Amino acid sequence: MKVTYARSEDQALIATTARQYLDENIGIDRVRELMMGEEGFERGLWKEMADLGWTGLAIAEEHGGAGLGPVELGVLLEEMGRLVTPGPFFASAVLATTTIQEIGTDVQHSELLPDLASGDVIATLAVFEDPRSWAHRKPETVATPAGDGWALNGRKRAVLDGHLADSLLVTAGAGDGVGVFVVDAGQPGVTIAQEPALDPTRRMATVILDGVELAPGARLGEGDVSNALDRAMDLAATALAAEQVGGAQSCMEMSVEYAKTRYQFGRPIGSYQAIKHRCANMLMKVEHARSAAYYAARVTDDVEELAVAAPLAASVASEAYAWVAGENIQVHGGIGFTWEHDAHIYLKRAKASSLILGSPRHHRDRLGETLGI
Amino acid sequence: MHYDRYSLGRRDWWARFGPTGYRFPEFEWKVKYHMSDSADTRVDELVDELIREHPPEETPVQEFWGAQYDKGLAWAWHPEGFGGLGLSRKHQTRINDRLTRSGASIENRYTNLLGIAMGAGVLDAHATDEQKRRWLRPMFTTEEIWCQMFSEPGAGSDVAGLATRATKDGEEWVVNGQKVWTTLAHIAKWGMLVARTDPQVPKHQGLTYFIVDMNSPGVEVRPLYQITGEAEFNEVFFDDARVPDGNRIDAVGAGWRVALTTLMNERVAIGGSTIPRESGYIGQAVEIWKASGERDPVLRDKLLQLWAEAEAARLTAARANEMASAGTPGPEGSTGKLAWASLNKEITSFTLDLMGLDGTLYPGGYELVRPQRFQVHEPQKAYLRTRANSIEGGTSEIMLNIVGERVLGLPGEPRVDKDLPWVEVPRG
Repeated sequence: MKVTYARSEDQALIATTARQYLDENIGIDRVRELMMGEEGFERGLWKEMADLGWTGLAIAEEHGGAGLGPVELGVLLEEMGRLVTPGPFFASAVLATTTIQEIGTDVQHSELLPDLASGDVIATLAVFEDPRSWAHRKPETVATPAGDGWALNGRKRAVLDGHLADSLLVTAGAGDGVGVFVVDAGQPGVTIAQEPALDPTRRMATVILDGVELAPGARLGEGDVSNALDRAMDLAATALAAEQVGGAQSCMEMSVEYAKTRYQFGRPIGSYQAIKHRCANMLMKVEHARSAAYYAARVTDDVEELAVAAPLAASVASEAYAWVAGENIQVHGGIGFTWEHDAHIYLKRAKASSLILGSPRHHRDRLGETLGI
Repeated sequence: MHYDRYSLGRRDWWARFGPTGYRFPEFEWKVKYHMSDSADTRVDELVDELIREHPPEETPVQEFWGAQYDKGLAWAWHPEGFGGLGLSRKHQTRINDRLTRSGASIENRYTNLLGIAMGAGVLDAHATDEQKRRWLRPMFTTEEIWCQMFSEPGAGSDVAGLATRATKDGEEWVVNGQKVWTTLAHIAKWGMLVARTDPQVPKHQGLTYFIVDMNSPGVEVRPLYQITGEAEFNEVFFDDARVPDGNRIDAVGAGWRVALTTLMNERVAIGGSTIPRESGYIGQAVEIWKASGERDPVLRDKLLQLWAEAEAARLTAARANEMASAGTPGPEGSTGKLAWASLNKEITSFTLDLMGLDGTLYPGGYELVRPQRFQVHEPQKAYLRTRANSIEGGTSEIMLNIVGERVLGLPGEPRVDKDLPWVEVPRG
C-alpha cells in the first residue's frame, strides 16, 4: 500500500512542542523522582498533559478531542518514549480510548470520551488473565445476568496503571461471546492491587472482581466484540511501536554520544570497530523499527493491511528496543549497570513494553495467521 | 540527534577510499527539477525525429543507438557533439521514458553497463576531446564493451593501496600486475585501469588512470571460478602490456581523482522503485514452506521472524526513496545494503533447512558456467551466491564503518599508512 512518510507541518509541530514540554517540564530527573514514588505518577502532571491537548489528541472534536489520527498520536508517543515518560498515558489515552472508540456505540462515545479527552477520567483496559497468554477470546472472567444488568466475577492480571485508573474496561465472557464492561474503580467488589513492576515508570495491577454489579448500559457495543477488540489491540500495538521507536532512538543516541567522549587506551571507544559496528547496527534496528511503526500508523483505515502491519510493527519495534537498550548498557560498560546512569530506565521500559500487549513471538504468530504461514 | 551525513552513496566511496584529512568534494548533486519548457520541447522533438528517421522495429539496434548518439540523446548532460545536448540528467530520464514507450531498446545501458554508466562520466569529466571522440560513440552503440579494473587480490577494501605498476617507456606505459572481480572483462574491448605510477609517494598520490585495449598483447583474461560453479567475474593479468600515453586519462598522479569520478557515476537510486512484499528470497522461502506442509512451530517462528525483518527492510527502502525524492534524505537510506546482505544470507540458509535432505543436492552441478544476467537462482545456488552479499560492493565491516563514521559521526581508526610512501606500507 502506498503511503506518505514525510511529516506535515502540524505533525512536526506536535513533535517540537512535545519534546520541549517533556524536556523542560519533566526531564529525566523528574522521571527518576516519579518512578521512585508510590504511584509512579502525579495527578498534577495528568492535568498538564490534558491541558496540552494530549489526552484528547486522537478523540473526535465532537467529543472534546483534537480529532487527530494514529499518525499524530504516534508522533507524540515517539517523543514520550524518548524520555520514558511515566504515567498512564498509554493505558488511558491509547489503550482504553481506542477500545471505547472501536467497540462502543455512538451513545457510549458521547458518554465516555469527553471525560477521557478532558483528562477528568483515567481509564485502562483489564484484559489479560493467564500470565503466559495474550489471547483474549476466551476470558475466564464472567459476566452473568443479574437483575436488569450484570454481575462480574474474575481476576485480571497485568492491568496497566490499574492503580491510577478511575475507570476499568473489563473483558468477560457474557454468554453470547466476549463483552467489554465499564467498571468504576471505586465500585463495591472491585479490588485493585498494584504489583511491583519491572518497569517502575509504567505500573501493573491485579484487579479482582467479586460480584460487581453493573447496569445494563455498562456493556460496550453489542454482542460478541472479539473482532473489534482485536482491532483495538492492533491500534494500541501500533501506537506502542511508535513509543518504542522513540525509546530506542534515545538509547542509540546515548551510546553514540558516550562512544565519542569515553577514552580508553588513548582513543575514543567509538573509534574501535567493536563499538562502532554495534552503534551502526543500532541505527539499522532503529530505522527498521521506525519504518514498520510509521507504516502501520498510516494504514490503520485498511482493516486487512493493519492485520499485517500492526503485528509486524509490534514484533519489530519490540525486539529492536529491547536489543538496543541492552546494547546501550554494554557500550557504557560498568557505569551502564549503575542505578545512577539512565540506561536501566530504558532497558526496563523496553523489556516490559515488549510484553505488555504480546511478546514478539505472539505478534509473529498472529502475523503468520494473517499471511497463511 | 544530529547526523553527520544522511545519504550514503557517492560519499561512501570517499569515506572508503578517499585520502584522510581531505573533505569530501562538494559537487552539485541536486537534480534540477525546474526544467525549462523549451528544453523539454527540444528533447521531445529530437526523440520524435529519431523515431521517425530510424523506426526502431526496422532499424538494426546498433545503428539506432548510433543515430541516438548523433542526435545528442545518449547522455543529455554531455556537451553537444559528445552524445549530449548540454542539458541535465533529468532530461535523460525523460528521453529514456519516451524511447521505451516508442518501442526503442535501451538495453545498451545494461549490456555495456560499466561503460555507459561509469566510463562515459569519466571521459566527460577528464578526457580530451580527441579521446571522447574515439571512445564515446562505439561505447554507446555497444560495438565496444567496457570493463573496470580497480580491485586486486591485495587491494580489496583498501583499493587505493593497489600494486599494479605502470612504468613509462618512451610514449608508452608498460603495465604489470593483476586485477580481480572484473565484470565483463572477457567480452570487453576497453578496460578502465588504475595503476601505480609512483610508489615513492603516499598511496592516493601515486596512481594514474588509463584506458587499456583488452585485446593487446600481455593482457590475459581468465574466468574467476566462484564457489557457486559460476564465473560472473574475471581475473586480468598484465605481463608487460603496453598502453600508449594517449590512452592516459588526466594527469600522471591524478588517477585517484579520476577513479572517484568513476565510482560517483554509479547510478543514483533516487525515487527508484521498491520491490514488492514477499518477493525475492523470502518469497522463495515462503513458497517452499507452504509447499512442504511443514508445521514445526520453531521453523514457523523463524520464517516469520525473517519475513518481518525482510518486510521492515523493504519498508525502510520505500521510506528512504520517498524521503530522498522529497529532498529530505535521512539516515534511513544508509543501512539497506547492510540489512540485505545479512538477511539474504540468513534467509537462503533457512530455506535449505526447510528443504531438509533436498537441501544437500546441487541440481546444476559445479561445472564452470558463465551465468546469464538477472538469473533467478535455485535455493541451493542462492545459498552459495548470497555468501558474497556481505563482501561485494563494500564488505559489511566497511559499510558498518561508513555508517558509524559518516552517519553517526563516530571517530575513525588511526591510519598507519596515511603519510607513508606507498612502497613503505606493510602489505600482505
